[in-house]
Amino acid sequence: MDIMSSLGDGFLIALTWQNLGLAVLGCFLGTIMGALPGLGPSNGVAILIPLAFTLGLGATPSLILLTSVYYGAMYGGRISSILLGIPGDEPAMMTVLDGHPMAKQGRAGEALSLSGVASFVGAFLATWGLIFLAPQLVKFALLFGPAEYFALFALAFATLGGVSSTNQAKSAFAAMLGLGLAVVGVDTQTGVPRLTFGEVHLYDGLDFLVAIVGLFALSEVFIFLEHRHGSADAEGKKIEVGRLTPSWSMLKACTPTMLRTSVLGFVAGVLPGAGASLGSFISYSMEKKLVDKEGTFGHGDPRGVAAPEAGNNAAAGGALVPMLSLGVPGSGTTAVLLAVLLSLNITPGPLLFQNNPDVVWGLIAALFIANIMLLLMNIPMVGLFTRVLMVPPRILMPIVAMVSFVGIYGISGSSFDLLVMIGFGVAGWVLRKLDVPLVPIILGTLLGNTMENNLRRAVTISNGDYMTLVDSPLSIGLWTVAIVGFVLPIFIGKVVKGRMHARRDTEGSTSD
Amino acid sequence: MSDRIFGAFGLLLALFYAWATLQIEESFLSDEVGPKTFPLVIAAILGLASAIIALRPDKDPVWPPLGRLAEIGAAVVVMILYAQYLPEAGFVIATALAASYLTWRLGTRPLQSLLVGACTSVGIYVIFHLVLGLSLARGPLGF
Repeated sequence: MDIMSSLGDGFLIALTWQNLGLAVLGCFLGTIMGALPGLGPSNGVAILIPLAFTLGLGATPSLILLTSVYYGAMYGGRISSILLGIPGDEPAMMTVLDGHPMAKQGRAGEALSLSGVASFVGAFLATWGLIFLAPQLVKFALLFGPAEYFALFALAFATLGGVSSTNQAKSAFAAMLGLGLAVVGVDTQTGVPRLTFGEVHLYDGLDFLVAIVGLFALSEVFIFLEHRHGSADAEGKKIEVGRLTPSWSMLKACTPTMLRTSVLGFVAGVLPGAGASLGSFISYSMEKKLVDKEGTFGHGDPRGVAAPEAGNNAAAGGALVPMLSLGVPGSGTTAVLLAVLLSLNITPGPLLFQNNPDVVWGLIAALFIANIMLLLMNIPMVGLFTRVLMVPPRILMPIVAMVSFVGIYGISGSSFDLLVMIGFGVAGWVLRKLDVPLVPIILGTLLGNTMENNLRRAVTISNGDYMTLVDSPLSIGLWTVAIVGFVLPIFIGKVVKGRMHARRDTEGSTSD
Repeated sequence: MSDRIFGAFGLLLALFYAWATLQIEESFLSDEVGPKTFPLVIAAILGLASAIIALRPDKDPVWPPLGRLAEIGAAVVVMILYAQYLPEAGFVIATALAASYLTWRLGTRPLQSLLVGACTSVGIYVIFHLVLGLSLARGPLGF
């Protein structure tokens, strides 16, 4: 039981007072961010990254803080879905369908606690899945050479657009924009400056944290300015929460649903490009087909609340598998977490498990701890979180903007970076209006240099023969999947996306 | 229509990117691939994607009316001023002003928004600087 002893070591690392404190803080902040409409897991994690750095935290503690925020936001999204009928973030979209009707029937408390339990089950099972699947994937990844890595990155870009965009040309545009930005700066192999136009600030390249905070957090502020959500959506709506514990019979009735959808959500999370939104969507659809005999789904069926919540939390755990073992994130938020790792000089991928087992297993242990904390926090304290929803966006959004500025200024202390961040904020707003996905841009700026280095290494090893890129069966396989993954959504993507967004609010939100 | 303009802009961007790449001076020590290949591939795909966007546009997004656009423009100007004058004015004053402006434009009443701005600024200062020890811009008054 190699895995068990590693996990035991992980718990030894995670169970220090500092790490426990960070997990509590992360869970709490994450739940709040998830609950607030407009702030989702990816922008939640994005604005807290600078904090983790300036606190001078090491790799494991920062990861514990930020993944707690990630899991917390996944839990929190359901609160406003159920109480207000507005999804707190995109993965919580499907929870609105049955959660809000339950709240209208005066069973908001039951819906909240049931979804809390469902989130716990989903995340708990997914963490076990992570423990067993990631090391297997690592063994596989050790067979990869530079050419295979290049193909793998291409695959990530080809599939990431997937369901998150209806227009594959636009996701290709976004990916190229990101890769193009990554090129800026001094070339690592030959030392010549590229695309810097003589600007000294650009020699180091663009800091991807600046891009992330600008694109995710600041563009949200512009969206709010555009619609002028002056009065809070919550104001004037008083909802009776009702009893706060689900009955045993309800839990029992929902157990098979939770188990099935956890597995489904986990698989959706592991697949590149799918992520938590798709996880909750297919979980809900499958349960509706399987158990909805009386047509109660959509009218406050508890199983309709349990299914998407277990599904999206399981997908959140599943998305960590490719991020940790291959270094290729499966969703927007894991892309942001990858940014954290890279800034801490840790390269995720197979070597991470060999060189920094403390980081990996400490993180996994922290996921278990965060999960239990979230369950404990979310059931009795849900009243507190519902009160946070009453903070109107007109006060909240300026705070988000200012914290973004503080964070970036805290890292670099330069006004130039702030200006670049504003530029990214405006660009993010325009691109979101045009339905261009932002996640490929982030992934491009993160992976661009590694991707190029792998390309150059592969070609140099084979003395300038470009055919080496499609030489091994493994790389041919990866390229095939990449091409299929890019072409397929052109035909089926519209259908899925159309159904997913049929009930979507006008609320702007980035993908998970 | 928006997509056609966007696509045309993308094409120009791709051309500019390719041109800028060709300006890179290669060093005498270069690997087989060189510093130009990867950016040129990017420019090619960028141009191709832009052309497709321009030729097969999606339906137009709902653009805000001119007044709202001006609103966003004004907010951008305020943020740029904030970024420029942050080191001179000091964190607390600059942030209080910028936050007041934003919350006012989002619909808080004028006097109340000054209060909200001041509270936001002092709150962030206390949490991030005094408690967490993050170094923020120091103005002439020392905060």
